[in-house]
Amino acid sequence: MSLLSVHDLTAFYHDFQALFGISLHVDAGEVVGIIGANGAGKSTFLRSVVGLNASPPEAVRFDGRPIGGRPTHDIIGLGIALVPEGRRIFPSLSVEENLRIGAHRGRPGGWSLARVYELFPVLRERRAMSGIALSGGQQQMLAIGRGLMANPRLLLLDEVSLGLAPAVVHDIYRALRAIVGDGTTTLFVEQDVGRALGVCDRLYCFQEGRLSLEGRPLDLTRAQIAAAYFGV
Amino acid sequence: MDWVNAVVQGVLLGGLYALFATGLSLVFGIMRVVNLAHGDFIILAAFLGVAVVGLTGVSPFLGLLVVVPVMLGLGYAIQRALLARVLDRGVLPPLLVTFGLSIIIQNALLQLFSADDRRLEVGGITTASIAITGQVAIGWYPLIVFVVGVLAIVGLQLLFFRTALGRAFRATADDPETARLMGINHRHTYAVAVAIAFGIIGLAGVFLGIRTTFSPDIGPGRLLVAFETVVIGGLGSLWGTLLGGVILGVAHTIGGKIDPAYRELTGHLVFLLVLLARPEGLFGRAVRET
Amino acid sequence: MTPGSYAIERATTASRLGAVAGAVLLAVLVALPFWGSSSDMRLLVEFLSMLTLAQMWNLLAGYGGLVSVGQQAYVGLGGYALNVLADFLGLDPFLSVFLAGLVAVALALPTAALVFRFQGGYFAVGTWVVAEVYYLLIANSSMLGGGLGRSLQALRSIPRAERERLTYWIALAVGVGAVALVYLMLRSRRGLALTAIRDSARASESLGIDVFRSKLFAYLVAAFGGGVAGALIYLNLLRILPTAAFSVNWTAAMIFVVVIGGIGTIEGPIVGTLVFFVLRELLADYGAWYLIVLGAVAIVVMVWAPHGLWGLVAARLGLRFFPVQRRVRLATVVDP
Repeated sequence: MSLLSVHDLTAFYHDFQALFGISLHVDAGEVVGIIGANGAGKSTFLRSVVGLNASPPEAVRFDGRPIGGRPTHDIIGLGIALVPEGRRIFPSLSVEENLRIGAHRGRPGGWSLARVYELFPVLRERRAMSGIALSGGQQQMLAIGRGLMANPRLLLLDEVSLGLAPAVVHDIYRALRAIVGDGTTTLFVEQDVGRALGVCDRLYCFQEGRLSLEGRPLDLTRAQIAAAYFGV
Repeated sequence: MDWVNAVVQGVLLGGLYALFATGLSLVFGIMRVVNLAHGDFIILAAFLGVAVVGLTGVSPFLGLLVVVPVMLGLGYAIQRALLARVLDRGVLPPLLVTFGLSIIIQNALLQLFSADDRRLEVGGITTASIAITGQVAIGWYPLIVFVVGVLAIVGLQLLFFRTALGRAFRATADDPETARLMGINHRHTYAVAVAIAFGIIGLAGVFLGIRTTFSPDIGPGRLLVAFETVVIGGLGSLWGTLLGGVILGVAHTIGGKIDPAYRELTGHLVFLLVLLARPEGLFGRAVRET
Repeated sequence: MTPGSYAIERATTASRLGAVAGAVLLAVLVALPFWGSSSDMRLLVEFLSMLTLAQMWNLLAGYGGLVSVGQQAYVGLGGYALNVLADFLGLDPFLSVFLAGLVAVALALPTAALVFRFQGGYFAVGTWVVAEVYYLLIANSSMLGGGLGRSLQALRSIPRAERERLTYWIALAVGVGAVALVYLMLRSRRGLALTAIRDSARASESLGIDVFRSKLFAYLVAAFGGGVAGALIYLNLLRILPTAAFSVNWTAAMIFVVVIGGIGTIEGPIVGTLVFFVLRELLADYGAWYLIVLGAVAIVVMVWAPHGLWGLVAARLGLRFFPVQRRVRLATVVDP
């Protein structure tokens, strides 16, 4: 049984349909990537998984249990964490407080403040500063650390490389490898196809709200990916 | 020397005004809602005190043990059942709903208790005083209220900056959607914030009722006092609220000393002056209301 | 597929029919002094004053997005301006009703300079504070009668029947004028700008709309209307008392009328004023219950029917008597 299993998921923003019946799954311990162009519905998909968009109960199953449409805070409590697009650091909280609030549900597990600081030493140096006083890359590390503090069984990452310099993205992905190397089940959305291919066990490609491709990086050719990505 | 006395009374009055203001700014700071019925809820609490005292014969101070929990529950219920429905609809609906509540409360109190002036009697303590010098005295009761006001502010500071709940308040005020991603039940969090604000309103109402006479129609005047206190002190600063209360209190007592009819007018004029000179208040950070 | 020629339309069938019906109604009302009683005229003066106040509040809040809880300031200022202009300066009392509006605008300018430093809920309470200041200043001025108020003397010389007729016709002119003023304003570019600002101030700014000036303009027009209405009210009542003239209950009534009738439409305040007066008649014997019911109805409407009674009707039937929206009608469609 998959840890996360999504079946025929649709999503609407008022009259606009963003997702047209997406079905995918993530097994425990896997690292799964979702690639696709802007507006393909990738972020919408993650939002639906955590309950920020309405869904029928059976459309999303976590650990076999239907969670579609349940309140977000309940879903988080079950062990899913989302590192949102754009970081979304809390300006009124310090760096350390931003990390602490990630542990708001008090789920037990291996991640703690000390361990996050070990992974991202720069955060310890700046722990008393306001969360948004950090650079873009540091904020991304903070956002990831905040997500880890929830000790999630499934970690969702939305566009962690967006707006960051290549060197910074490199550091973040190195940290991510350490995180996934630990066995954290991860589902991540990424615009940078190369990065995605380098980290994931399997990937899905979205195109205008629909699944256009699925497979293992080694099994897919450049041409296949490009075709699925652009929908030609 | 009479003037020094007036200033001292004004400073102590600031404690009561700070109590008025803290509830208002708490709700505004977290939810960006100005509760136009704020003053009327203060008076409601005072009349609750009247009812409790009338039914049980206990001292109004003990009556707080009933009034404050009732107000806590009332605040939670009003947020969950009513305000939550209009919070995300823009600026107008919450203002209009709370204005409707203001009118309902005033007239309901009028129906239940009549327009007569009331007072919560506690006996000698309201007139007892400590003589500082030959001519300056500090009333025990105003001192107690001032201390309660300071304790309320200290309590809120601790709550906001040293507890997980306070973190949740600040995060939800910043970004309710991302707060949900932290596992925070934002609906419950808002309701707890309003409950706490109403608890403080409960304190304020009873302490007001002990200090002075009150009637169903003086609610709006208390809203204006709370509002002016917050603006003078500056939004976003709890200690600023205390200072704002003190300044307004002194303005009222000095103005009232010149002529009883000028009491409120002096307060309004000081408020307008601060607004002209320093719109963000004396301790405020400039807050953009979106 | 490219459009050929197109036309911008406003009028709807309903609005054309409504215009005819309105003209008939207006003729009947103008003739009221000849077929109706004194109390009919008094009631209608009250109705038209309330309608004027409601249209102004609606202009501010429903179109301008400014919730003012201090419009009672202009009712009081208008009433006292009438007294000063007619009694102290000896001007024609009926002309003074309109001049009082100008006095209100003159005072609205410094008021705006203060309250526009606030937004949203703070703006609301700020306007209330300023209204209180005006009240306290006037209640403390013995020249204007102080706390006991004063009576208008300038109409003493006019026989009662004539006074009532003239007051009534002025009220009719004011009421119709208020509706017409709001209607014309909203049809203008200013009006389009206001509607855009109501929907999104930021987007409007990016299009070059001067948000501040548009809101200020709406505020000044509302002050004018409020001042004229206030003067009219006290022309009718003859005796002015500061606590009543500056009472926040005026604004409460405006708010309830607009919310229950339908905020953001011109028809709404008309419907709301009707409901207000019907409720007042029905609940006349119940004192404070009247206001409790009004408050509760307003809350219920705001939560469950935010577009008010007119909104419910208009949505169901697609009616629009005062067409302020523009429609693009394509005359021809040409295929490439």
